[in-house]
Amino acid sequence: MSETLNRYRVSTRRSAELALLVGAWLIGVFAWILVDSATGETSLGGWTSLLSAGVLLLITHGVVRWQAPYADPLLLPSVAALNMLGLAMIHRLDIAAAQRAISNGSPMPTPDVYLQLTWMLVGLVAFMLVLSFVGDHRRLQRFTFTAGFAGIALLFLPLLPFIGSEVNGARLWINFLGFTFQPGELAKVALTIFFAGFLVTRRHSLALVHKKILGVGVPRAKDVGPLLLVWFAALLVLILERDLGTSLLLFGLFIVMLYVATGRRSWVLIGGSLLTVGGGLAYQAFGHVRVRFDVWLDPFADANGSGFQIVQSLYGFANGGIFGTGWGQGYPQLVPFAKTDFITSALGEELGLMGMIAILLLFAIVVERGARAAVATRDPFGNLLAIGLTTVIGLQTFIVIGGVTRLVPLTGLTTPFLSYGGSSLVANYIIIALLIRISNAARAPEVTDAELVLRQDGEGND
Amino acid sequence: MSELLLSILRIGFLIALWWFVLTVVSVLRRDLQAPRDAKPLTPARSGKRPSPRPTLRARKTSTQLVIVEGALTGTAVPLGSSPIIIGRAPDATIVLDDDFVSTHHARLTPNGNHWMVEDLGSTNGTWIDRTRVTTPTVFRPGTQLRIGRTSMELSS
Repeated sequence: MSETLNRYRVSTRRSAELALLVGAWLIGVFAWILVDSATGETSLGGWTSLLSAGVLLLITHGVVRWQAPYADPLLLPSVAALNMLGLAMIHRLDIAAAQRAISNGSPMPTPDVYLQLTWMLVGLVAFMLVLSFVGDHRRLQRFTFTAGFAGIALLFLPLLPFIGSEVNGARLWINFLGFTFQPGELAKVALTIFFAGFLVTRRHSLALVHKKILGVGVPRAKDVGPLLLVWFAALLVLILERDLGTSLLLFGLFIVMLYVATGRRSWVLIGGSLLTVGGGLAYQAFGHVRVRFDVWLDPFADANGSGFQIVQSLYGFANGGIFGTGWGQGYPQLVPFAKTDFITSALGEELGLMGMIAILLLFAIVVERGARAAVATRDPFGNLLAIGLTTVIGLQTFIVIGGVTRLVPLTGLTTPFLSYGGSSLVANYIIIALLIRISNAARAPEVTDAELVLRQDGEGND
Repeated sequence: MSELLLSILRIGFLIALWWFVLTVVSVLRRDLQAPRDAKPLTPARSGKRPSPRPTLRARKTSTQLVIVEGALTGTAVPLGSSPIIIGRAPDATIVLDDDFVSTHHARLTPNGNHWMVEDLGSTNGTWIDRTRVTTPTVFRPGTQLRIGRTSMELSS
């Protein structure tokens, strides 16, 4: 090595990140105040929670400054804004539940917002730990097969007796020390690492080496075998657990990563046709899939039965109109599961179309920044990992918001960062930490970059 | 609270939310434009952070090789007085991770006050503008050197 690559100096924009983070927090505080004033609720506990969330976000910003000084400045504030909006909406639905309990004379339900806040804390701590311990995302490539096994094991956990638990017909949760956790959320991170690590070493042979069988090029079993094995295992588990959302998510992730790794459009076509065939078979074979499909095609056919949830959600959006009813002034509590799967319907009602577009833009920004990190990073493993993680967030958002707005059949998934649910929040913060780590490597200037190139080549990857 | 105040606050919140989103978008835009505005790091500006290879930087030659197309677009490699090897191998001076680039693809050698390009027996060829480099050729500023998916130019 004689000369070093000399990159242009680019501002790190850490101060912009700090300012936007404060802005995101203020949006959450504003929403919280509006909820309290509209519902006539004054809870002192709310203020300490908001302050602790703010302090935690500041600490996280400090850790980013320390551990990833060149990282993308927009990822963290965008997801923080979504998280704060989600907290405010969960608080608002807590108040609705409490008011209903008072009018019915039933016992007061415990508010969920404090638990969600605790999970936000756990998520941010996980974020900081991942950022601190994964100093170089390329290290993760060593754990390719470990991550694959871990992903499958995590998916299998809820099927085990004693710790697995079933909620609403889906067996996705485990009980652990009094907490319930959805291991599938972490599994998607592990499986993304596996797909990225595996595809990066086999992408050329997958794209180029074929055996002709009946005139169709078929990749060698050696190249494609482990991939299909892990993927079928994942889908099998999900069918046993009746988790349509995660199966769809993993399937889409798999197709996107194959396409990005090999650059062959045929994978997208094959994936699309497999999805159609699989969907058709599932429709014939499983009653719950048929119900979802029929409700999607005509929710009003059984508006008080199977279509109730989606019909209430559509009424909610209609009630919200363009500018929304305002925080605390709609009836989002009428939609079943408003805090989890249907939180976008609650936000759509109270913030209206304008609020929904803003929220969708925040998701779009997260996806754009993730894709940008993927394009900008030099190492092929980083490319694939970043695009995979970005796909997880983008696709999950699409599947759930599309389901709630009746664009696609409804499959249960949490809305990233908005929904009530700890496992999802923690997993998504880990995803953002990895994306920030990759974007840091992509944006770091000259010396660091040259060293990275050197180190990568020294390891002899690919 | 009065109806009027509530609806003012309702719109106010949407304005605040949109203000936040648009601020994020404006930072995003500035970030995308940054490489165009930013000046290349020169020894004078990098005074704060000591360069690890001051001897090479301090050479009298001010010429650098700028990558204008390909995965490393925007990268500038300072040219000293030693030859530069471009290729896929780890020991190449400029490592191009590209299937169309051979292990040791081409060599740039200083010769007086211009640079010579030499193809090292690559599979897919080295091109200056539209002509394939078969014998050592002079690489003039303003012409483009193409290797695989990457194009580069000399600049002062």
